[in-house]
Amino acid sequence: MLEEFNDTTPLEDRENIIECKDLNKWFGDLHVLKNVHLNVKKGEVLVVLGPSGSGKSTFIRTLNALEEIQKGTITIDGTTLTNDLSDIETIRKETGMVFQQFNLFPHMTILKNIMLAPIWVRKWPKDKVEKIALELLDRVGIPEQANKYPGQLSGGQQQRVAIARALAMQPKIMLFDEPTSALDPEMIKEVLDVMKELAKTGMTMVVVTHEMNFAREVADRIVLFDYGEIIESGTPEEMFDNPQHERTKLFLSQIL
Amino acid sequence: MNREQVETNLPILPPPKEKVTFFQWLKDNLFSSWYNTLFTIALSILLFSIIKGTLTWIFIDADWSIVTSNFKILMSGQYPAVQLWRVWLCIVLLASLLGFSSGIWNGTITHLSIFLGSLLFISGILPFVSLETRIWTFIGLAILIVGHFIGKKIPIKKTILIGWFLLFPIAIFFINGFGVLPKVGTNLWGGFLLTILLATVAIVCSFPIGVLLALGRRSKLPTIKYFCIFYIEFIRGIPLITILFVSSIMLPLFLGQGVELNNILRAMIGLTLFNAAYLAENVRGGLQAIPRGQYEASHALGLSSPLMTCFIILPQALRSVIPAMVGQFIAIFKDTTLVTIIGIIDILGMAKNVAQNPQFLGQQMEVFLFVAVVFFLFCYALSYTSRRIEKSLGVGER
Amino acid sequence: MNTTTPFWRDKRIKPILLQLLFVIIIGIAMFYFINNALTGLKRMGLSLSYSFLNSTASFDISGDKLIEYSATDKYSRAILVGFLNTLRVAILGIIFATIIGVILGIARLSNNWLARNTSKVFVEIFRNTPLLVQMIIWYSAVFLTLPLIGDNYNFANAIFLSNRGIAIPWFKPIDITWIWLSFIVLGIIGAVFTWKWKIKQQVETGKRKYPSIWVFGTLLLSIIFPFVVTQSGPFTLSIPEINPNGRSFVGGFVISPSFGAVLLALVMYTSAFIAEIVRSGIMGVNKGQVEAAQSLGLKSSTMLRLVIFPQAYRIMIPPMTSQYLNLTKNSSLAVAVGYPELVSVGNTILNQSGRAIQMITIMIICYLTFSLITSLLMNIFNKYTQLVER
Repeated sequence: MLEEFNDTTPLEDRENIIECKDLNKWFGDLHVLKNVHLNVKKGEVLVVLGPSGSGKSTFIRTLNALEEIQKGTITIDGTTLTNDLSDIETIRKETGMVFQQFNLFPHMTILKNIMLAPIWVRKWPKDKVEKIALELLDRVGIPEQANKYPGQLSGGQQQRVAIARALAMQPKIMLFDEPTSALDPEMIKEVLDVMKELAKTGMTMVVVTHEMNFAREVADRIVLFDYGEIIESGTPEEMFDNPQHERTKLFLSQIL
Repeated sequence: MNREQVETNLPILPPPKEKVTFFQWLKDNLFSSWYNTLFTIALSILLFSIIKGTLTWIFIDADWSIVTSNFKILMSGQYPAVQLWRVWLCIVLLASLLGFSSGIWNGTITHLSIFLGSLLFISGILPFVSLETRIWTFIGLAILIVGHFIGKKIPIKKTILIGWFLLFPIAIFFINGFGVLPKVGTNLWGGFLLTILLATVAIVCSFPIGVLLALGRRSKLPTIKYFCIFYIEFIRGIPLITILFVSSIMLPLFLGQGVELNNILRAMIGLTLFNAAYLAENVRGGLQAIPRGQYEASHALGLSSPLMTCFIILPQALRSVIPAMVGQFIAIFKDTTLVTIIGIIDILGMAKNVAQNPQFLGQQMEVFLFVAVVFFLFCYALSYTSRRIEKSLGVGER
Repeated sequence: MNTTTPFWRDKRIKPILLQLLFVIIIGIAMFYFINNALTGLKRMGLSLSYSFLNSTASFDISGDKLIEYSATDKYSRAILVGFLNTLRVAILGIIFATIIGVILGIARLSNNWLARNTSKVFVEIFRNTPLLVQMIIWYSAVFLTLPLIGDNYNFANAIFLSNRGIAIPWFKPIDITWIWLSFIVLGIIGAVFTWKWKIKQQVETGKRKYPSIWVFGTLLLSIIFPFVVTQSGPFTLSIPEINPNGRSFVGGFVISPSFGAVLLALVMYTSAFIAEIVRSGIMGVNKGQVEAAQSLGLKSSTMLRLVIFPQAYRIMIPPMTSQYLNLTKNSSLAVAVGYPELVSVGNTILNQSGRAIQMITIMIICYLTFSLITSLLMNIFNKYTQLVER
């Protein structure tokens, strides 16, 4: 049902699915993204690290057109983001997003939450969507909660539903904006496990997080943001064991 | 994978200037789609005819003599003209307090003093007011401005705060006289002066009752709790006019023969009892918003319940409900007009009286519109203030 | 630890003592007031009985009456007339205020600058002036300044504006009206079901089924069909005319000046408050909800319908309830313009019979009943729609 993208070609030979050129963004006079240049390959798991206020959350939100950029271009799966609403729609269809605060719709059951977008956006028939939804709930480990409301679930369960909701659209890319930051420590693992499983299927993922172990274990590549710019980028081994930049060293020493 | 060479320490650049031309603005805000365009055109035509009609009426058709020749009684009713200086003195006192406060604290209060200042200025230059009025308004204005600049230099916060607390009793003393000055009884109060006094008395007197009711409603003692719930819900369930009937007709009956209260005092009691119930609900909202931790911390510090209520809980609760209480003040200020129905001559009652004068036949619209504008100015200024306070308290922000 | 604590420090006894003290104080105060009232009443030779309700009212109620009433009827019937008039103005007021308020509230969030600001100015003007002043303006400066009935303004001899009221053409039922009515009701029910059915089909198959066209078709059918069957329109129009005596209208629907003023003032005033409630309700939906809906690719109309509104109206229910209650209570201001509602009629009886305590008690009971019923209904509605929490 859910296609797995397990591709055997090595990462560097694959094509870019996300291309960001020269991203610049300001909040008023505050320069929050400075000339961000970043490409993500198909099936790559990219982890974005950085101190709070470094612009990493803003960056991931621009990829889903939740924040406007004032300069630069974003191309996702061949579609370039413009002011054209249909481009924005296309891009949002192909990217799933998971938020720090879950943002489940509190007035709908879990099942309805998941089925909403495939029905109204993809316009798939209901029985097909329901099947997908139940399968996804099974996959994220909470099949028995389908008819409950978000308010009745724990934080960890809600976040897993949020992942399932994004996956139900069968996106090509998944964006995670600090998915575990609002969770109690004992619930973080259950969400990270789901994400690890997802990474194994070959899904393209961009993850903003503070979970260093997750980054080391799962990431194909890590970039470090500070003051709105990318300071350093590399594989987990390179970044953790042999950081080049002073600010990377400082950041890692504070967090580890 | 090769490590990318990344350029760092990029300069912080100013945001690109977005030039919004006039036409672009028009397109975005008025003509963004065909139905928006259609809507804009239809609404413009409608608004144009309304505004044109209103302006022609105000400046050409209307006869404002009913307002200009009755200005004094509309504003102060039967208050003796020789004693009017006492009212002016209170206004000047208010102006000085506002002036000083705006100098000291700046912020929202400055907007209020600008409001009072412009009100004084406008009433001072109206063509039909007496010379005495002109002199007093400009004294008030001068003191307001001087106070502002002195307040900026010398922050005498405590004196001013005490001044605000004493303003109400001092004002009542001057306006009434109580025999020290020639007594001007409540039966002579009227017009807009009475409207303001009714509203102020109601809010000031109902404040302690409201706080007690709110505390009582949250009390653990069932008799007190249910008494307060009953009172609050009962009063909130019936219209103000019935309460005014009760106070004007039944109060003398309840108090027995020994106590004589005139109509205005009875209305004040009615308004106070009414307002207390609404105020109690506002205060209760503030009490409920206080986190449990505050109670627990106070108990852990060994504060007794009354001490905790006075020093920890109430100050926080009252602070957070300031906007709601200003809203309640606006409501009771508007509601004071109901006293006309029980025969008290406030500004609306006075307007009704002069509209019936054969000399001013057919000028009802002018005089009632004048009353509406007076209320609008005050209510708008207050609601603007309350919104600003709300913002500065960070209430209602998400 | 066998030393006896003094009883006033005992954790269990102190609250009881406090409450006892409270009850005694309240009791003494009540006794004092009631005793005064009773002696006062005795002195004036009045009783507390309600038997006067059965005596003849001997005053007429001019204008708006929903039931037959004349001066020879009993007081109780006069009160019923007032009660029904209050209900009438309150129910109509709630309906119109809600419609206008919702439109204004949505206009305040519109991306059209003109709509946004017009709505804002309207709201500020109407909620910052006293309702009573507005009502008196409508009554004495608008409706009563219309020309005498003899030289009324009229449009095509069908709509009359005069100081005796506004007369407009109205539908007059004929014997086949019920056929039309039943077809139209059936049509509406049918349309609702067609809509649901088509939406369901669309959801199930994922193909477009054009539900709005189907609904339109159903409604059209429900109009064509009775026309074909009965070969006539649903009703005749009753066009108002001036009574030969030249003092009133016959036929049509006449809005009396006092009713018009009360309704208009209540609707304008309350809709300004409702507009603010609607606006803050929609704004009050968490921003994250919008972002989540957007990131799933929902179109803004779908998002409004399925995500924003269902959450916004939950925020709006409690303040709306209190606005509805306020409107009902505020209808009592109609006494100032002589619309014969509960307080107005009650006040007349009070002045005429001197039965102040009884009349005020009756008014209070009526309003408390309105309040209780409204709160009860809205509470049920609220419970029914509340979000499920842990």
